[in-house]
Amino acid sequence: MASMRDIKRRKTSIQSTQQITKAMKLVSTVKLQRAKTRAERSKAYFNCMYETIKSIIRRTGQLDHPYLVRGGSDKKAVVVITSNRGLAGGYNSNIVKLVTGSEWKTGDILVYSVGKKGRDALKRHGYTVKSDFSEVINEPLYADAKEIADALLADYSAGEIGEIWLAYTGFKNTVSHIPTLIKLLPVDEEITKSADDEAGSGDVKDTDEADFRAKMNYEPEESEALELIIPKYIASIIYGALIEAVASENGARMQAMDSATSNAEEMISSLELQYNRARQGHITQELTEIIGGAEALSS
Amino acid sequence: MADERAFALKIITPDRIFYEGDAIMVELRTTEGEIGVFKNHIPLTCVVAPGLLRIRESDKETKVAALISGFVEILQDSMTILAEVVEWSDEIDLARAEEAKERAEKRIMEKADDTDMRRAECALQRSIARIEAAKK
Repeated sequence: MASMRDIKRRKTSIQSTQQITKAMKLVSTVKLQRAKTRAERSKAYFNCMYETIKSIIRRTGQLDHPYLVRGGSDKKAVVVITSNRGLAGGYNSNIVKLVTGSEWKTGDILVYSVGKKGRDALKRHGYTVKSDFSEVINEPLYADAKEIADALLADYSAGEIGEIWLAYTGFKNTVSHIPTLIKLLPVDEEITKSADDEAGSGDVKDTDEADFRAKMNYEPEESEALELIIPKYIASIIYGALIEAVASENGARMQAMDSATSNAEEMISSLELQYNRARQGHITQELTEIIGGAEALSS
Repeated sequence: MADERAFALKIITPDRIFYEGDAIMVELRTTEGEIGVFKNHIPLTCVVAPGLLRIRESDKETKVAALISGFVEILQDSMTILAEVVEWSDEIDLARAEEAKERAEKRIMEKADDTDMRRAECALQRSIARIEAAKK
């Protein structure tokens, strides 16, 4: 059995770790609240944006626009959103796994990273990191998302990349965060398909709205409007992903720190038991020694 | 007190709902020119160019903002502005806008080889829109 002093030392060390994890949990709870309200406030914008894009595409049908057909290059750009700091449970490694676990060849992927953890992990896996926007994740602004979108679209137009994907952690609620991989460009099948679905089914209200939107006029005309609106659309998706990722990061850290705190609690109580046992053993031993000594003297 | 000339106006930015309420007339600048929108406008989607945004709420009250970028969806009895950047006139930092204007003008005048003229002109337009709005 370990000595009393060893056990005590270990207990103090765990206690101070527990204090740290407790504080981190509190901090991320506060940050989570803030990120959550931000995410909720920005939702209206994205829903509206998505609806508009959908209705434009539905109206124009198959256009031969570069944003709608696959680019010439085989390279895929993946925007990987992770955190700059660790201690957030599986948050970062889930995103990394999402990219490494895909069927894409390592050489075909150009990583546009947001967050140091994901960037470093992917670099170790042999991926090419084209550009890095890690400082953005600390305080994502719409202007930052726009900057990323502009960089992507410039490379896309230059033919360096043929597809743009986005890997981030979606924030469903405080306890459930879903690593998500979505395709940003070309905006083909998915939007068009869901637009068709809606046009096909849908109750009276839907068709009413569809009629309404079908009468929509565009100024400038659709294809030009699309040219102007799609960059905004991409930027807004990236912005939404950044905000959700921040919320998820803090949620994940809160959970990780919560379980770390309760694990520490458990360890402390088992160490306390050991310590008490050791102390009791020590006393008993001393007593036996004294009694033994006294008996030896009297006999 | 519902005014029958009024329609629902909503201005949304990525960070907040900028404005939500009824308006009688909305004036703004699009890439095709300035437009004024009343109720029962034809359905129209257009792209915003930097300029003044005037919201007439009633015959007496008019709100002014600088609308920098985004796009607008107009339906018969409602209007939604998805704005990337929009500021109320009293939120604008006039000194900063003046500075930006001077800088942009200088860049355009000098016409150095590496100047991105389009960008400089956009910057100029943005600052002019802000200054106009702030002075209203």
